[in-house]
Amino acid sequence: MEKEKKKDLIFSLAVIAFVFVAVVVLENILPRTSMLFTVLKKGSIYALVAVSMNLLNGFTGLFSLGQAGFMLLGAYTYAVFTIPVSQRAAVYQYFDGGIIQFSLPVFVAIILAGLVAAFFAYLIGLPVLKLKSDYLAIATLGFAEIIRALFQWDKLGGLTNGSNLLRRFPVFKSSVFPLAVSGICIAVIVMLINSTYGRAFKAIRDDEVAAEAMGINLAHHKRMAFTISSFFAGISGALLAMFQTTVQAAQFKSAMTYEILLIVVIGGIGSVSGSVISSFLFIACSEWWLRFLDNADTYIGAFHVPLLRPGFRKVVFSVVIMAIVLLYQRGIMGDSEISVAGIRKKLAARKAAAAEKKVSK
Amino acid sequence: MSRTVLEMNDITMQFGGVVAVNSFSMHVDQGEIVSLIGPNGAGKTTAFNVITGVYPPTNGNVFFNGEKIIENHPRGKMKKLYAGTGNGKYTEHLEPTPDMITKLGIARTFQNIRLWKSQSVFDNVLIAKHLRRTSNVFSATFRLNAAEEKRQREETAELLNILGLYDVRDNNCTSLPYGLQRRLEIARALATNPSLLLLDEPAAGMNPQETIDLTDFVGKIRDDFKLTVCMIEHHMDLVMNISDRIYVLNFGALISKGTPAEVQADPAVISAYLGEDE
Repeated sequence: MEKEKKKDLIFSLAVIAFVFVAVVVLENILPRTSMLFTVLKKGSIYALVAVSMNLLNGFTGLFSLGQAGFMLLGAYTYAVFTIPVSQRAAVYQYFDGGIIQFSLPVFVAIILAGLVAAFFAYLIGLPVLKLKSDYLAIATLGFAEIIRALFQWDKLGGLTNGSNLLRRFPVFKSSVFPLAVSGICIAVIVMLINSTYGRAFKAIRDDEVAAEAMGINLAHHKRMAFTISSFFAGISGALLAMFQTTVQAAQFKSAMTYEILLIVVIGGIGSVSGSVISSFLFIACSEWWLRFLDNADTYIGAFHVPLLRPGFRKVVFSVVIMAIVLLYQRGIMGDSEISVAGIRKKLAARKAAAAEKKVSK
Repeated sequence: MSRTVLEMNDITMQFGGVVAVNSFSMHVDQGEIVSLIGPNGAGKTTAFNVITGVYPPTNGNVFFNGEKIIENHPRGKMKKLYAGTGNGKYTEHLEPTPDMITKLGIARTFQNIRLWKSQSVFDNVLIAKHLRRTSNVFSATFRLNAAEEKRQREETAELLNILGLYDVRDNNCTSLPYGLQRRLEIARALATNPSLLLLDEPAAGMNPQETIDLTDFVGKIRDDFKLTVCMIEHHMDLVMNISDRIYVLNFGALISKGTPAEVQADPAVISAYLGEDE
């Protein structure tokens, strides 16, 4: 048993190493502008925020729609604290160079982004986590909208640059960076889910009354799940800022939360691997694979393909999503996970079945 | 003279104008099996919900192992509406949540089975061990509590062995037959290391054989785990066989108490169950 566990771990690490090597090699072969890298970067960022939302919606049973707000907090925290001092006068041109006149190292700022989001989550969690299901969703959605409005307020301009862009902060060039950061964060979330606290979260999801009667402090555990989920949403916000190279509060609309919710639902509520797979599929479809539908001048031979025009991609994309939801009513993965141990067990079972067949023949 | 484990004084639970439990007092001594019986809607489960902190009582208090754990008195709107007795006798306001009560050592099962449906039999019991943890969220996430985790798993396996659920440990809890689901609920309650076990209709929906098994089973876990048991039950054979003492409720009020023989002979009980002679 222990030996097999070790084997599985080594195998998993080998797969991860292979993926990273492959990404590095591809980055040297393919042109920099290839859409593959956009998908890898944005996909890994969305994977992280989707998994963090799944921790809340899928594993703790708290229907929250504040994810875009916490990403905004993370993105702004990262941007505000990393713009080089020499660039601040140019960025904060309407606000006398801003009130912060120092900058932090990238990694410190990323962690700070998570902490700020977590801190706000803790505060907002005190009143709103008493609410249930739809009411909680509305309260968190409201919070996200308030945050977005607040960050565009001129009076806070010294910190947030009002409704103007924040830019010229350090960004990443290689897709290895977001993949690695998201990978580590998702690994931590998975470890949390498999720990005694994760089991308590699932108990709250399955039956709150029974969970409380068995000594699980509901308020404490819900707040914990909410804060941790927001911490990782904040980190993904920081990564998104780096990906976009600019930050503006107006980008973090509730539509962004719905996109993430869509990813979680399609991947399977309560499945981490489902969320990861569906993030990459979602980003690949919306950014890359369906692009050709936007080209109005498409000819097959002499035949002018009708209907195609800018924006048509979104129509097809919606149909694809509806089809997926109809075909996989509990999402691509349901609530199961892909794991090395699971695959090994399945293979072993298949082998045993085949051997039995041979014997019976 | 054995020690009193649980003591309820003048517990009244009033929802608006409806008095679910009316000035009910009872006590349970160390090692006893005490039953709470009465017709449907008599307020038995409400009494359990008051003890376990689900509802703060309107009036009265509860002692556990000599320590006052719950106390309340009519306040606000209830001051005018209050229909029970003992008003003004209690002044403190002590309103713990169910998890705090469980931590003190009172565990319960539910009338309508409330297992964690997506979890295996093993995990249902393991999760109930969560409240006796010493780890915090960081040490648990980064597996610094491996020793505790291992110990919890061993204890869970042992508990399942004693209760005869070890062979089905990996099954989903909803796949078990009804009787075993009830037994699993008891296992889960025992996993919290209680000294007082509250069973809410443990024999509901069981066939006669399962009920006979349950009678032996409740006695056995009482002795094995050095428990005190308080139970709500409709199954009279079970109640009369197993109980040391019985409290009878009707329309929220206590109508009789005593040993099974005394209660069976009490005319008030007979009329509550069978109706008055015309």
